Amino acid sequence: VSALAARLPRATLARSLLIVAFLAVLLGLISTFISAYDDLRLAYAAYYFAVLVGLTMLTGLSGQISLGHGALMAVGAYTVALLVGNEGWALAPALVAAVVVTALIGVPVGAAATRLRGPYLAGATLAFAVGLPALADKYPGTFGGENGLSINPPVAPSFLGANFPLERWEAWVACAGALIALFALLNLVRGGFGRTLRAVRDNEIAASLCGLRVARVQTLAFVISAACAGLGGGLLAEVLQLAQPGAFPLQLSLSLLTGVVLGGLGSLAGAAWGAAALVLLPSWTTDLAHSFSLPDKVSSNLPLAIYGLILIGAMLAWPYGIQGGIQALVRRLRRGAARTSDNQPARRTG
Amino acid sequence: MKRTAFTAVVAIAVAGLIGACGSSGTSSSKAPGVTATSITFGAHEPLTGPAAPGYSEIAPASEAFFKYVNAHGGVFGRKINLLIKDDAYNPTNTVSVVHQLVLQDNVFGIYEGLGTPTHTKVVSYLNASKVPDLFVASGCPCWDNGASQPYTFGWQPNYTIEGKILGQYIKQHFAGQKVAVLYQDDDFGQGGLAGIQAEVPASSIVAKEPYQSGTTTLAPQITAIKASKATVLVDFTVPIYTAIGQLTSFTLGYKPQLVISSVGIDPTTVGGLLKSISKGKASGTGLIEGAITDGYLPSPTDAANPWIQLFQKVHDQYDAGAPFDGNVEYGMASAYTLVQALQAAGKNLTRQGLVDAINANGAKWSGPGIVPFRYSKTEHGGYAGAEIGQLRNGKIVLMGGPLTTDPSPSSPITPYKTAQAPPPASGIPTK
Repeated sequence: VSALAARLPRATLARSLLIVAFLAVLLGLISTFISAYDDLRLAYAAYYFAVLVGLTMLTGLSGQISLGHGALMAVGAYTVALLVGNEGWALAPALVAAVVVTALIGVPVGAAATRLRGPYLAGATLAFAVGLPALADKYPGTFGGENGLSINPPVAPSFLGANFPLERWEAWVACAGALIALFALLNLVRGGFGRTLRAVRDNEIAASLCGLRVARVQTLAFVISAACAGLGGGLLAEVLQLAQPGAFPLQLSLSLLTGVVLGGLGSLAGAAWGAAALVLLPSWTTDLAHSFSLPDKVSSNLPLAIYGLILIGAMLAWPYGIQGGIQALVRRLRRGAARTSDNQPARRTG
Repeated sequence: MKRTAFTAVVAIAVAGLIGACGSSGTSSSKAPGVTATSITFGAHEPLTGPAAPGYSEIAPASEAFFKYVNAHGGVFGRKINLLIKDDAYNPTNTVSVVHQLVLQDNVFGIYEGLGTPTHTKVVSYLNASKVPDLFVASGCPCWDNGASQPYTFGWQPNYTIEGKILGQYIKQHFAGQKVAVLYQDDDFGQGGLAGIQAEVPASSIVAKEPYQSGTTTLAPQITAIKASKATVLVDFTVPIYTAIGQLTSFTLGYKPQLVISSVGIDPTTVGGLLKSISKGKASGTGLIEGAITDGYLPSPTDAANPWIQLFQKVHDQYDAGAPFDGNVEYGMASAYTLVQALQAAGKNLTRQGLVDAINANGAKWSGPGIVPFRYSKTEHGGYAGAEIGQLRNGKIVLMGGPLTTDPSPSSPITPYKTAQAPPPASGIPTK
C-alpha cells in the first residue's frame, strides 16, 4: 500500500486529479454491479459525502463547530428545485447556482461565526438550522410550504441506452458532484490554505502574529464548507426529486456533525466513512429493531435508541473516529510486521 | 499526508463496496412480489410523528384482516403479506421508504400509502415504474386520474366530495349563518375547502384559515375565526389539529357549531388526544360533542351491522392490542377491497392484470362501504359519496341516508338507495 502511495505524483494538482479519476472509474464500476436500490444508496452517500467533506474541513482543520449545515443544504436543495422545477434550468447549471447561492449565504453567517467561540458558535448556527427551513412555511407561495417543491426525475443521456436505470444515473450524478467537492478540498487542504487553517486552529494569536488575518481565514473556511453543503443539498433535491422542510430537520444538522466525528474529524477519508454510516446505520438499526418481535409502538421508536448506543460505543472504541481506528490498526500491524522482519535475520545469523 | 490521501482513496472505495454488499437484490423477472403461495404488498405509514395518533392503527388493522383471510386459505392459495414502513408523515422519508419497498423488498405493489403530502411525492415514480399503487389512505382529488396515473387508485371519498356533502348540509340546516373553515394547507384541506365553496354561498363564508402540518399551535387561526363572528366552524384537519383547535376555542371561550370531515373526527382518537394535550384536564369527547360529520362506512359502534361484527371478530383475534375504532375499521374495510381486487384479477396475477380488474369491476363491488366506488378506466377516485353523521354521546350516528356525487362543482348530490349486502364469513368474496 505504501509503495503504491509513494508512486503518487508529488504535485498537488496532478495527485488530486489522479485520485479523483481513480475513484470515478471505481465508483462507476461499482454502480454497474450493484442493485438499483444500492445505486440509490450510493447516491445518498454521495450527497452526504459532499457535505461532510466540507464540514470536516471546517470543524477538523479550522476548529469551528457548525450545527447549521442542514439549513445550508436546504438552501442548495431549494435553489435547485426552484431553478429546475420552475425556471426549467438544466441540472448542471442549477447545481452551480446552488453552490454560489449557498456560498453567498455562507458569507454573513461565516462572518458572524468568526466572532463567536465554542458553544456560542454552536448555538448561533443551531438557531440558523431551526429558523431557515421554517421560511418555507412562512412563504408557501414560493417554497410550497410543508408540501415542498417537486421536480421531475433526471433523464439519463440517450447515448447510454433507453434501458439505463434511473437509479444508476442518479448515483453517477451524485458521485460526480461528490468527487468535484473532494477534488477541490484535496487541493485546498494540501496547499497553503490548509496550512493556514491549521495554524489558525492551533493558536489564533500566534497565527495573527505571523501576519495571518484570522477572521478572514475562518470566514473563508465557513464559505467553502457552505458551498459544499449547497452542492450536497442540490444533489439531494436531484436524487429525491424533492425539496421539502421535512428533509432538513434539526436532526439532519446534528447527524451531519455525528457523521464527521464518527468518520474521523478533519480527515477527508473519514468523510467517506461518515457518509456510509449516515446511510447504512438507520436502515441497520431499523432492521435490528424489527427483528425482535416487539409491539409496534416500541419497535418503531427503538431504532433511535440503538443508534445512540452505537454512537456511544463507537466513540469509546475509536475516539478519533473510524478513520482514526483504521490508522491505529494499520500502524499496529506495520509495527508487528517490522518486528518480525527485524527478528528473523537476527535469528538466522545467531 | 501522502499516506492519508491514499487511505482516503481506499476508504471511499471500501465504503462504496459496503454499500454495494448491503443487500442481495433478487430481481425476479416477471412480476415481483408474487409466488404460487404468497403475494407481498408494501405500505408507508405514520407509525411515529404528528399523524401517528390514530393513523398508526390503520395498517396493522389491514394486516390483521389479511391474517384472517390467510387463515381461511388466502386468495387463489396465496397468502397476503404486508410490509409496513414508518415514514413519520415526512414526505422525504416517504420517498426513501417507497424506493426501498419497490427496489429492495421487491413488493408486488404499494397498498394503503397514507397521507396527501407524503404520497403525492411517490405517485409519478410508482406510475413510471408500473407498480400498482392501490387504495391510497387519503382522499386527495389528485389520485383520481386514471388517464395520467393508471396505476394509482384512491379509496376513501375524495375530499371535494366530502366537502360538497358537508356543504350541502350546512346550506340546508344552517342557512344564513356565518361559516368559517379551518383547513390543512395542502391538497387535503384545499380539496375540502373547494367542496364547501361549491355548496355554501361565498357571502356566508367569513373566514378561511389555513395551517401548516407540523405546527404546534392554532391560536392565530382560532383567534381570527372567533373575530370573524362565525357561528359554524368547518374543520378539514387531521385528528391532532381537531383536538388542538378545540382546546384553543375552549380557552378563548369560542363555541361554534362544529362540522368536522371524516378524516379528523374519530372519537376514540380525538378523545385520547384531547386528554393527552390538555394533560388530563379535558376527558372524553365533550369538546366535539354534537359535531356534524360524514361517514362512508358503518359506524364502528353499530354492533348490529354484520360488517362491524366481522371486523370485531378479526380485531379480537389478530389485533386485540388496538382499540376498536374508526381507524381499525378503516384498515379492515380497505383490506377487504384489496382482497376483492385480487379475487377479480384471477389466478394468473400480473401487475397490469390487477389494475385492469379494478378498472373493469370496481364500480360494481359491494362491501363494507355504504356507497359504491368510482372506479373505471378514467375514474380512480374511491367511494362516490358519504352519509351525514353526528357525534352523539361520543358515538357517530349516521342519519339521512347515503348520498353520492362526483367532484365537479356543478354535478348534483343524489341519494343512494341500494341496501348494503352482508359480508362473506371468511372475509373472502366470491368472484
